Amino acid sequence: MSKKQTLVVIGNGMVGHTFLADLTASEIKDQYEVVTFCEEPRVAYDRVHLTEYFSGKSAEDLSMVEDGFFEKNQITLHLGDKAVSIDLENKTVFSEQGISIQYDKLVLATGSYPFVPPIPGHDRENCMVYRTIEDLEAITAAAKTAKVGSVVGGGLLGLEAAKALQDLGLKTNIIQFSPRLMSAQLDDGGAKMLADKIEALGLSVLTNKNTLEIVDGEQCKNKMIFADGGELETDLVVFSTGIRPRDEIARDSGLKLGARGGIAINDQCQTSDPDVYAIGECAVWNEQIFGLVAPGYAMGRTVIADLSGVSASFTGADMSTKLKLNGVDVASIGDAHAMTQGSRVYSYQDGCEGVYKRLVVSEDGKKLLGAVLVGEASGYGTLLQYCLNEIDLPENPESLILPHYSDESVGLGPDALPASAQICSCFDVSKGQICEAVESGCMNMDELKTETKAATGCGGCSALLKSVLDSELESAGIEVNTDLCEHFPHTRHDLYNIVMVEEIKTFDDLIGQHGQGRGCEICRQAVGSILASYWNEYILNNNHLSLQDTNDTFLANMQKDGTYSVVPRMTGGEVTPDMLIALGEVAKKYNLYTKVTGGQRIVMFGARVDQLPLIWDELINAGFESGHAYGKSLRTVKSCVGSTWCRYGVDDSIGLAVELENRYKGLRSPHKIKFAVSGCTRECAEAQSKDIGVIATESGWNLYVCGNGGMKPRHGDLFATNLDKETLIKYIDRVLIFYVRSADRMQRTSVWMENMEGGLDYLKAVVIDDKLNICDKLEEQMQHVIDSYQCEWKTTIADESKLKRFRHFVNSDKTDENVLFVEDRGQIRPANEDEHKYLKIGEEV
Amino acid sequence: MSADKDWIDVCSETDLQPDSGICALVENKQIAIFHMPREHTVYAINNYDPFGKANVLSRGLIGDIKGVPMVSSPLHKQHFNLKTGQCFEDEEMSVEAYSIRIEKGRVEVRL
Ligand code: SRM
Ligand SMILES: Cc1cc2nc3c(=O)[nH]c(=O)nc-3n(C[C@H](O)[C@H](O)[C@H](O)COP(=O)(O)OP(=O)(O)OC[C@H]3O[C@@H](n4cnc5c(N)ncnc54)[C@H](O)[C@@H]3O)c2cc1C
Ligand code: SF4
Ligand code: FES
Repeated sequence: MSKKQTLVVIGNGMVGHTFLADLTASEIKDQYEVVTFCEEPRVAYDRVHLTEYFSGKSAEDLSMVEDGFFEKNQITLHLGDKAVSIDLENKTVFSEQGISIQYDKLVLATGSYPFVPPIPGHDRENCMVYRTIEDLEAITAAAKTAKVGSVVGGGLLGLEAAKALQDLGLKTNIIQFSPRLMSAQLDDGGAKMLADKIEALGLSVLTNKNTLEIVDGEQCKNKMIFADGGELETDLVVFSTGIRPRDEIARDSGLKLGARGGIAINDQCQTSDPDVYAIGECAVWNEQIFGLVAPGYAMGRTVIADLSGVSASFTGADMSTKLKLNGVDVASIGDAHAMTQGSRVYSYQDGCEGVYKRLVVSEDGKKLLGAVLVGEASGYGTLLQYCLNEIDLPENPESLILPHYSDESVGLGPDALPASAQICSCFDVSKGQICEAVESGCMNMDELKTETKAATGCGGCSALLKSVLDSELESAGIEVNTDLCEHFPHTRHDLYNIVMVEEIKTFDDLIGQHGQGRGCEICRQAVGSILASYWNEYILNNNHLSLQDTNDTFLANMQKDGTYSVVPRMTGGEVTPDMLIALGEVAKKYNLYTKVTGGQRIVMFGARVDQLPLIWDELINAGFESGHAYGKSLRTVKSCVGSTWCRYGVDDSIGLAVELENRYKGLRSPHKIKFAVSGCTRECAEAQSKDIGVIATESGWNLYVCGNGGMKPRHGDLFATNLDKETLIKYIDRVLIFYVRSADRMQRTSVWMENMEGGLDYLKAVVIDDKLNICDKLEEQMQHVIDSYQCEWKTTIADESKLKRFRHFVNSDKTDENVLFVEDRGQIRPANEDEHKYLKIGEEV
Repeated sequence: MSADKDWIDVCSETDLQPDSGICALVENKQIAIFHMPREHTVYAINNYDPFGKANVLSRGLIGDIKGVPMVSSPLHKQHFNLKTGQCFEDEEMSVEAYSIRIEKGRVEVRL
């Protein structure tokens, strides 16, 4: 057996880690003993989506490293340890913590650092940069006591940072040295339009501002002084003035650098020492650095090919980009500045709509060389394909940027793309690979993303990916169908609108006018839920009874043996000793199995259908109400003890939990809804894992939305901070009814949020800024639901005709002989199959 | 047509639940009876769910699959043809189906 060689990778950032992941998936993985140095206190995370840290993504959510990755692949990770020098002659790397390792091959993936212009005062308090999770933590902390923030630099990253400051509640300025925003990508026309868009978002744009000095402010912590004599008071300053390659370790060891820094590499990504490679933002190829992930990934793949003895070369990369700012569409493709000899330009400008588009085509007018899109960038995917795959342009290329007033589409259909066309540049996924994945069974975007990784990077390719998917499914004869089921050619959302607009109150009317056939368990339940959310009538009304699943018809959850569970409401998890005793007495009398649930209340199992009304009669007399454990509706509002008892509590979390549970109990929804309220940030009630989570702060309540546990846990997104109770309730009313109106059937709030175009920002715009002008209506509907609340069990017990159903046989008082219990740990449980045989009850089937 | 005496009286027509099911005990068999009032039809099959191994089919939701009347088990949602008792998802599985009629306001089955 030949001894393994040692491969050392310095830097576990986006590129370094993707290199490791690609390596472990390659054929040469067993030839190397791999060691990696990671300077940061955590392993690689998704810097591209760093800004989402502010909207509630945790460091964990951003992580790029699968659980157990290093262990599984036997890679030695030196976390929080920086490589400090390389001895090229003896092929040894030394680390800050005193480790030295001999390598056979070395890969440098040290990335870059934010450049801060050396103006006096640049290192004052609250002057920061934007690159790591620690940077964002520092910005968040500083923003707490700040009112004004300024970002120096109006490039892609600067704009993203500025929007983030604004979202943190700061009045935000963008200070640009040159006359244009995004000067690397945009021409004058585009930059002007972009500035208008940005200002419309409430940010101020200051161009032609050369900062000379930062000094003490009068109203704010800092004051910036500009060359034109102007001044600006600001608490925070975030520098986003470009990046510089981290080449210090290469420089010290004697590796060759580029003329303006960066570790020089050849087409195989080798440095001046052939056993040392450099990839990602630290590398300079052809005197060019690449500040995007895709080229770094391509360099990594080149190194793996080279190590495998396959000939491969890195030959530069496409620098097309799209800005990730909600409400501002900007994209630039290829040679946007028309630098190519003889190139010709088409442009289109619409000052009313704020749209600017420009195409750069080759001299013969046949190929697309570059493009700029501002204000409307839906054509990005198509244009990028024309450019990258050198597809012949249509006869009138301008049609690609002119608005369409008819349905006729000029988009490049996915069919027109060759199999080799690269659809996702972040992960280098071609159309051919996507087609293969669809053939092997990927039927939707989620499966396709998991299988191919496409659209999981910057996300810029997702629209195109979707159209390739749809066209593949279509040509395979698989219909892309969003119908609820065979009985209704509509989505749940459509049906909801129909019910609202036409004021339809029954399933029969709805299927008669808008559907066909007799329905099925899917549409009956979905329509039952819609009618219940909108009208909130008693769900066992004759008109609705056949729409409910057995759990709803019997107001209890069916268990595996056909018996039911009984779950009374215990708002906020609170229960008095007397109520507890009453519950115990009922459980004892009917010999029910009793347990504390994960939702902070007590459940009793093993009730036969004929016992349910008797049990509930006693519970209602003792003061209990239905807990709606059976419904797609509000389940529980968990609470911690909060300021009433807890020495850390800053507000009354139980009081609020009880109030919220009483307010929203009985609300029917597309799926179940869970809440929790914690009395301080220690978060004992686990509010961040709930559909609606509330956490007390010193100055109000923080609201989290769309979290859940279950199959695919998701942390809630921070929606609004330091709210007074009135505003908090208003927001919750609106979020919930908006969810009830627009979600798909059986879609939890988490999935609803993830599928929502525009995501959290969009939801905020609807709920906080009333973008759709519907907030009054949403609140009105919630008020109707609250006013028409009834305890369904109470109504049922009082109605003789409804009780008829609660018997096993219509023609006999006997009970189901197939229901058999045995005892375990002092309580009953259903008998298993063997025990059934043994207990031998002669039911013939 | 067999003799009238084979028909067993079960319950009154008013005991039926519109668009839904009930269960009757007939000669020691549990019979699930479903009523579709718009079509003026009733169906009877055995109440035992062979997948979930419990007597629950009468408590399932009913409707149709491509025009064929069906019940969906409340436990794990397998569908059974109300006319034949055949399971839609699994050819090997079926439940007994029985003849059923409404005569002068009474529901009658034949085993
Ligand atoms: C009783 C209980 C378990 C326990 O013994 O503690 C329970 C029992 C059931 N859960 Fe649960 N879940 C219970 C707490 C939870 C929790 C914890 C919580 O609420 O804090 C979770 C994870 C949190 C969450 O939902 O985000 C949970 C995630 C689920 C899921 C997965 C949901 C998802 O989005 O992935 C299901 C399946 C579903 O709803 O489709 C489910 C479904 C069920 C059903 C309804 C399955 C069924 O149809 O038979 C179970 C029957 C309940 C019954 O008979 O009353 N249960 N279930 C808990 C009742 C809480 C209550 O008081 O109402
Ligand atoms: C807010 C933001 C938004 C962005 N958006 C986009 C986008 O939309 N699209 C896009 O393509 N790109 C985007 N980028 C750029 C992208 O993040 C970078 O291109 C990418 O991270 C480069 O990867 P890298 O591995 O080369 O560098 P990094 O991710 O910076 O990783 C380098 C790692 O090496 C470590 N390191 C350095 N020296 C040593 C040493 N001596 N020893 C040990 N470890 C060391 C560093 O601490 C760092 O963890 C964005 C960047 C930011 C900050
Ligand atoms: S979340 Fe805070 S207030 Fe509530 S119990 Fe925990 S520590 Fe106490
Ligand atoms: S191009 Fe970035 S995710 Fe596909």
